[in-house]
Amino acid sequence: MNIDVKKKFIQSMIKLLGKAAVLHQYEELVSYECDGYTIHKGLPSAVLFPANTEQVAAAVKYMAEHQIPFIPRGAGTGLSGGATALNGEVLISLVRMNKLLKVDYKNRRAVVQPGFINLKLSTSISSEGYYYAPDPSSQSTCTIGGNVGENAGGAHCLKYGVTTNHVLGLEVVLADGQIVRFGGMPDTPGYDLVGFFTGSEGTMGIVTEITVRILKKPQGIKTVVALFEDVAEASQAVSDIIAAGIIPAALEMMDRIAIEGVESGNYPVGYPLDIGAVLIVEVDGIEAGLQDQIDHIVAVCQRFRIREVKQAANMQERASWWANRKTAFGAMGTISPDYLVQDGVIPRSTLPQVLARVDEISRKYGLRIANVFHAGDGNLHPLILFDSRIEGDTEKAVQAGSEVLKVCADVGGTITGEHGVGVEKMEDMRFVFTEVEIEAQLKVREVLNPNQLCNPDKIFPKPSRCVEVKRYIASVNEEHAAH
Amino acid sequence: MSVHKPTTIHALACDHVSLLKSNYKWEDAPDEDKFSQCVHCGMCLEACPTYQETGLEAHSPRGRVYLIKSVAEGKMELNEFFANPVNTCLDCRACETACPANVQVGALIEEARGQLIKSDPPKGLSGMVHKLFLHHLFPHPRRMQLLHSLLKLYQKTGIRKLTHRIQLLRILPKHLMDMEKALPTLTSPPALRSHPERLSAIGPRRAKVAVLTGCVMDVVYSDINDATIRVLRENGCEVWIPQDQRCCGALHVHAGDRDMAKKLARMNIEAFLSEEIDAIIVNAAGCGSTLKEYDELLKSDPQFSGRAAEFAHKITDISKFLINLGLILPEGSLDLTVTYHDACHLAHAQNIREEPRKLLESIPGLRIVTLPDSDRCCGSAGIYNLTHPEMANALLTRKLDDIPSGCDAVAMGNPGCMMQFQTGIVREGRAEQIVHTIQLLDWAYRNESPNLQMQKG
Repeated sequence: MNIDVKKKFIQSMIKLLGKAAVLHQYEELVSYECDGYTIHKGLPSAVLFPANTEQVAAAVKYMAEHQIPFIPRGAGTGLSGGATALNGEVLISLVRMNKLLKVDYKNRRAVVQPGFINLKLSTSISSEGYYYAPDPSSQSTCTIGGNVGENAGGAHCLKYGVTTNHVLGLEVVLADGQIVRFGGMPDTPGYDLVGFFTGSEGTMGIVTEITVRILKKPQGIKTVVALFEDVAEASQAVSDIIAAGIIPAALEMMDRIAIEGVESGNYPVGYPLDIGAVLIVEVDGIEAGLQDQIDHIVAVCQRFRIREVKQAANMQERASWWANRKTAFGAMGTISPDYLVQDGVIPRSTLPQVLARVDEISRKYGLRIANVFHAGDGNLHPLILFDSRIEGDTEKAVQAGSEVLKVCADVGGTITGEHGVGVEKMEDMRFVFTEVEIEAQLKVREVLNPNQLCNPDKIFPKPSRCVEVKRYIASVNEEHAAH
Repeated sequence: MSVHKPTTIHALACDHVSLLKSNYKWEDAPDEDKFSQCVHCGMCLEACPTYQETGLEAHSPRGRVYLIKSVAEGKMELNEFFANPVNTCLDCRACETACPANVQVGALIEEARGQLIKSDPPKGLSGMVHKLFLHHLFPHPRRMQLLHSLLKLYQKTGIRKLTHRIQLLRILPKHLMDMEKALPTLTSPPALRSHPERLSAIGPRRAKVAVLTGCVMDVVYSDINDATIRVLRENGCEVWIPQDQRCCGALHVHAGDRDMAKKLARMNIEAFLSEEIDAIIVNAAGCGSTLKEYDELLKSDPQFSGRAAEFAHKITDISKFLINLGLILPEGSLDLTVTYHDACHLAHAQNIREEPRKLLESIPGLRIVTLPDSDRCCGSAGIYNLTHPEMANALLTRKLDDIPSGCDAVAMGNPGCMMQFQTGIVREGRAEQIVHTIQLLDWAYRNESPNLQMQKG
């Protein structure tokens, strides 16, 4: 943005939103250079804090008219750089639109603004016996708007499904500033645009209101941890548990390096540091029969070399295990100054094989890799540990991460389960899509975001422009031929 | 086709931490080992009261650490855009409870303030206030005692009534007027002066402890010091009140005045370590947390760093000490409904949450109700309520709204919080009494039906 355009833009935004809702000085913008993904950074031109849908629409309308690119942002806990302003885009922060608008217990629905915190929904409706199921590890700080943008998952999505399975309706400000509403009921006529917007990573418009499904809290919850001598055997146990016909609410795994991280972090639970892996298995539902399921799971685990299997004695112990698991990423800060977390998904049965390949990659690059998984649904989170202060380390981590995703794709999996593509995995999209498939998706984007103003240059690989270039050259050639 | 990655990989030279580029020019700069531990995950955001209020990244722990790092990298300067977020931090340490990676945000903030105060020493009126309070008043026990006498004179002789009647205090900002109104009626004289240096245990001796009487505590709430000493003796402790003790320096550390804080720290170490003792007992959360961090404060002082660690190790909050020692159960009962507020510097900075509650549970007759979000800062935060009245008031209002109905009293373990709560209670014309946990225990031991009105201003 040139200086005059920016000056006019800032003045207009201050007029529209008020002085306290517009940041534009360099120093005010520094802390918005990145979200939870820190490898790529970019300074936004401004950060706006609209207070309601109308303000979002008015700001977007102005920017559309003046061809100013913009990016919606929630709490900034995303792990793929989806809210990073790589080319000086304007950030539209939704954190001040943070109200719980309505709870309809009879029909099991709640309506929230995008800046409403995920966990706050569950705590707000807990006294009535309800909760909101999708539980990303960052749920104590991340926003539901951000969850919709990334189609966030979480530990309990194995049984209950990811964000998209819980979004019933959306209000969206489109890239040209128009306000539209889709969905609202479990099935509505027309195209499923609610599903389409969920997980579109802010490239199709800005979600300004969300209707979500709320669930009755399960009658009973039982949790066990099993400490395995060997990580490969733990992965086999995961497959065997699912193969036995049990669908746990959550089935999580951490390997030795991950355990080292969480045990030196702020929420240690006393896992031995020399075991191969820990499995956390939780079942929930009607009280009767839960203990049978747990016994069955324990029996499966006991076919392998395990140090200990332990059932949570009370809710406090269960909570400590989950606090430990849910802070695993951040806890890596105690054993490494930086990490890059990957988000590959693989068929469960290939888990032992993929882990061996990840280990090879770790040795090849000389970087430690901690593994944290939503094992039940084959969602891997290899945390590649590096030190950005060491010359070349960051590039090595990026390369290693990309190789891990290639492995996932090669065994029939994919490159992201819940963190989104963002800026991080744009190139890796080629591992799972052909040029034609990428182009088909770009054509869809073209319809709602024709001028690439809404979160530009995200999700799809840059050289796809090659397609456009090729198309241009082809058209030029045709013209030549015609002459 | 060559792989095309976005071009802003941040490991490029500009992002390397380099001492040459750092804009920290003085000793005790924010420690690279501390800020590099932050991986920017954001788990701290919602724990931070100022982020909750503003939604601004720069006013979140993660954002503040990012700015602190940015100054070290030469990307930012020590200017108002840095000073504002750093000084708006309550230093409440709620982020340290939330942080998965144990980032010491409090210490980083205090070190950053140390650099700010060196680069731009407080001038004009605020400089005078800073000097008056932090240099000429708090560090000097005798002057604090004199202040106590003056305040008492002010309250007793009717000058206070007169100033209220002619509304003389209207020259003060609103928040100071509110605080003046909430000032409790001073009853007992400062404990440091009024008690003998040594007091014997009641019953068989179980421990020998030293007691920190504090500065504000001993002026405004000396009756809490009296209660602390009585309860300790009641629990078989020989009590020693070192006469050379000083203000702990918490307010100085928070304000970035590390030189004066170090001076006070050295004096306290000399005073308290001159005798063999089992523990140094503190009844003010803010002081306790600062005293426990003397080793951090004096890390670059080879002469004192070893003894500072030994000193810090002996610091114990009164609640934790009594529970660890094995509390002698009180027999008197209190027919009261109370709720408990977690002072930040007890809960977050010292991880003391259960012990004060256990003390309350030991009191026969006492009914305890839960305060929602009990460990969210009340906005007191040392002298924060003087320097940032707007934010402090917003937090105070939320806190008061959270107090469950039907409470006779709100208990806590920090004088700063007590004054803040009292200000709110008086301002809103509410009836709850603000008490220190140890006062309730003391009343139970003495089997006295306390005249709670005494606490009121």
